[in-house]
Amino acid sequence: MVTLSHYLFLGGILFAISILGIFLNRKNIILILMAIELMLLAVNINFIAFSHYLGDLSGQIFVFFILTVAAAESAIGLAIIILIFRNYKSINVADVNRLKE
Amino acid sequence: MIFTDYLFYLFSSILVLASLRVITANNPVYSALSLVLAFFSAAGIWLLLHAEFLAIALVLVYVGAVMVLFLFVVMMLDINIEALRQRFWSYFPVALLIALLFIFEIYLVVTDKFFSSSDPAGIPLEKSNTHSIGSVLYTDYLLPFQVAAVILLVAIISAIVLTMYGKKSHKAIDPKDQIKVNRNDRVRVVKMKSEKKK
Amino acid sequence: MTLMKLYTLIPMMPLIASIVIGLFGRQLPKAFSHLIPIVLVLGSFLLSLYALYISYHGYVFNENLFRWMTVGQYDLNIGFMVDNLTALMMSVVTFVSLMVHIYTIEYMENDPGYSRFFSFISLFTFAMLMLVMSNNFLQLFFGWEAVGLVSYLLIGFWYKKPTAIHANMKAFLVNRVGDFGFLLGIALIMFYFGTLDYKEVFSRVDSLAGQEFMLMGSSVSLVTLISILLFIGAMGKSAQVPLHVWLPDSMEGPTPISALIHAATMVTAGIFLVTRVSPIVELSSTALSLILIVGSITALFMGILGIFQNDIKRVVAYSTLSQLGYMTIALGVSSYSLAMFHLFTHAFFKALLFLGAGSVIIGMHHDQNIMNMGNLKKYMPITWITFLLATLALVGMPLFSGFYSKESIIEAVKYSEIVGSSFAYFAAVFGVFITSLYSFRLYFIVFHGEERWRNKSVSHNHHDHGLTKNQSPHETSWMVTTPLILLAIPSVLIGFFTIEPIIKSSFLLKDIFILDSHLALSQVTEHFHGPINMALHALVTLPFWLMVLGFIVAYLLYYKNINFIKTPKVLKKVIDHKYGFDNFNEYILAPLTIRLGNVLWKYMDIKIIDNFFVNGSARTVNLFSHITKKIQTGFISQYAFVMVIGLLLFISYFILGGKS
Repeated sequence: MVTLSHYLFLGGILFAISILGIFLNRKNIILILMAIELMLLAVNINFIAFSHYLGDLSGQIFVFFILTVAAAESAIGLAIIILIFRNYKSINVADVNRLKE
Repeated sequence: MIFTDYLFYLFSSILVLASLRVITANNPVYSALSLVLAFFSAAGIWLLLHAEFLAIALVLVYVGAVMVLFLFVVMMLDINIEALRQRFWSYFPVALLIALLFIFEIYLVVTDKFFSSSDPAGIPLEKSNTHSIGSVLYTDYLLPFQVAAVILLVAIISAIVLTMYGKKSHKAIDPKDQIKVNRNDRVRVVKMKSEKKK
Repeated sequence: MTLMKLYTLIPMMPLIASIVIGLFGRQLPKAFSHLIPIVLVLGSFLLSLYALYISYHGYVFNENLFRWMTVGQYDLNIGFMVDNLTALMMSVVTFVSLMVHIYTIEYMENDPGYSRFFSFISLFTFAMLMLVMSNNFLQLFFGWEAVGLVSYLLIGFWYKKPTAIHANMKAFLVNRVGDFGFLLGIALIMFYFGTLDYKEVFSRVDSLAGQEFMLMGSSVSLVTLISILLFIGAMGKSAQVPLHVWLPDSMEGPTPISALIHAATMVTAGIFLVTRVSPIVELSSTALSLILIVGSITALFMGILGIFQNDIKRVVAYSTLSQLGYMTIALGVSSYSLAMFHLFTHAFFKALLFLGAGSVIIGMHHDQNIMNMGNLKKYMPITWITFLLATLALVGMPLFSGFYSKESIIEAVKYSEIVGSSFAYFAAVFGVFITSLYSFRLYFIVFHGEERWRNKSVSHNHHDHGLTKNQSPHETSWMVTTPLILLAIPSVLIGFFTIEPIIKSSFLLKDIFILDSHLALSQVTEHFHGPINMALHALVTLPFWLMVLGFIVAYLLYYKNINFIKTPKVLKKVIDHKYGFDNFNEYILAPLTIRLGNVLWKYMDIKIIDNFFVNGSARTVNLFSHITKKIQTGFISQYAFVMVIGLLLFISYFILGGKS
């Protein structure tokens, strides 16, 4: 019998995988962005599961807004990545260090 | 075990495998494609939870638009994958430890009896999911909805502004160039003989 | 037109003239430079006379024009108060200003700064009117500083002359000392009365009469402190010892402004101030004694210096100092109306003396040394007559205006019982002799005797100015002589006609507050039996014969050239150094200030403020940012790592804490 905790646990695993992804792909900005999308997906699954089991539509509305903001975020994020690539000829995070010195 | 439970385990395992593939693939193109797969299976899971509208929206908006955008960017940029994958596995043990710890703690939390309800309260099914989301969205959540629209608009404009290049049509001076200017760029001292008045 | 608008117009007209000429004077034809100010100042003068007429009939105008600013609970207004005192000052200021405007046309004829000069004197007229018409201390201070500014600008009018620049600097600095005291006085009033409005301050002054003020551990009466601080301001402006040093040097400026600013109007602002605040000053006999003594010293010792000067303008300048001393003496013995009376008559005859001196200077082709002059009465008759009349008024010849004002001051001092009044009486009486001596000395050397420029030594030839041996001076044109004649009339007559209302009636007294115990003025009033009797009575008094003695001594020394007195060397040295005030300032005060400034600069400013506070805080920030820089790696994965650790800790706390 699938219970609420199954879905929540699935979300947890997905979240942990994204964290792992951020650590592994620490130099690749695009992959970091993808990992963040994955994290948001994990959160969304939680929201929808709660919404279903508690019988409240608000959870789905929240997912709706999260999707909107995530779309905006990835659009701007990709624009920034293009800018970085144009200026550094690389998307390696370690190369983007001009302000550090 | 009923049929939907099998479906849940099927989709969940595809989802987890796909997301592992996202973070470990050699080529970012594979990562993006795996992410598409992950979204597809997530959409399946959402269908199991009677969130039909969002499942369709996820496929249409995310897979159809956002992920294609990702693929576009990944393919357009000439990325040196070798450099990005240097010492790829060196943080793996620590990261894995933390991830496992995290999963363990989540496990502890969600197995609490409070979350073990298997009897969904359910949303009344006389109206379609899209209908009921719409009726809530346009009444109770009208203002947040408008704000979300504005956020999207701002995102569009800023993405265009950030990536726009080509011929400059305005006369503003780049502050960076202004700062770099030194005296020799502006003033030239010329030595010449003084003229005599007649 | 309402009275408010009318009164607003009085100071505004000179201001408009000043702005128009100041901004567009060079573009407009030259005639406009003098026509516009003269017409507008004339208008101002006529309106002032009207104001005098109104207030003479008993209407005291006191209204606020607009609110300037609101600071916390204090409302600071711009407004006008026109009573007899103010109206009298306004008339004097605008009349002398008008005369000087006309006179300037010829005096500055070929000066490149022609329109600038007119702009400045119109601006001065505006500032002086704002000063006297004010109904509160703030506006008074505004006018006070504005006349100081214009004075500074005009002393340094010939800004290519190093001595002029030095002189205007000196005037400015010395006035700052006075203004500092003045400002502190105003601040004290603000603090204790909560308002700067004259009317409110004066109505509440009784309640603070007994209040003490802690100053450096000892308590001082509040009223005394305020009075003395205000008087310090007056000392600066009215050039009382020891803040007098700027006035003789201010003669570097053009002569018309010496007449207008440094004789007739601005320097009397201090006298006006003390008269205006009489309700405060009256309550402190300490302050009155101080005023009296300072005035006596100024009157006597500055007069003595006048005997030894060879620059025609400096002689008149020292005479001004001495006469200002007389006015201050009158203030000290609570005879404010007599001080105003002397101020009033003095404005006319001293302006006349200065303008006459200026006329002589024009005639001598801008040579100011009286040792190059002589027998000018032959060449410049109008100047000679008017100068003689002014001299007679100054020395206090009976029936002349100066006689009435000065004689009543001496009378008042005689009746006064305040501390220091006996010294003041001596100074005032002996001062008459001194006044007579230097005045007639100047008169005899300039207008009589041989024509000295004809045999002056060759070494003087390198000067640009002055007459050569074969030239003769000639009378100046009507533009100079008209003001001389117009000023000569009041110089001679005005005392005779105005002493009655000033002493007998309450014309000025109702605007002044005098304690009943201060009897000097009422005694003078009691002993007054009409101007003619006063003149006749003078013939048997000491001051008159001292004046005659001064005349005789001057006649013998400088007309007959009999040297029967030899100045002792020591005395001569002291006088050459002008009692050493300048030397004290130059060799003691200035180096000390510089040393103090150096200490403050090198240790306080550079070491403590710059190095410790400013650079130190910057260095601290730098240090911390070096530390925090290590944390800010710029690697997103590390930030995420920290975040996740935090998340884990929170969840652990949630699980463990939830179970306990």
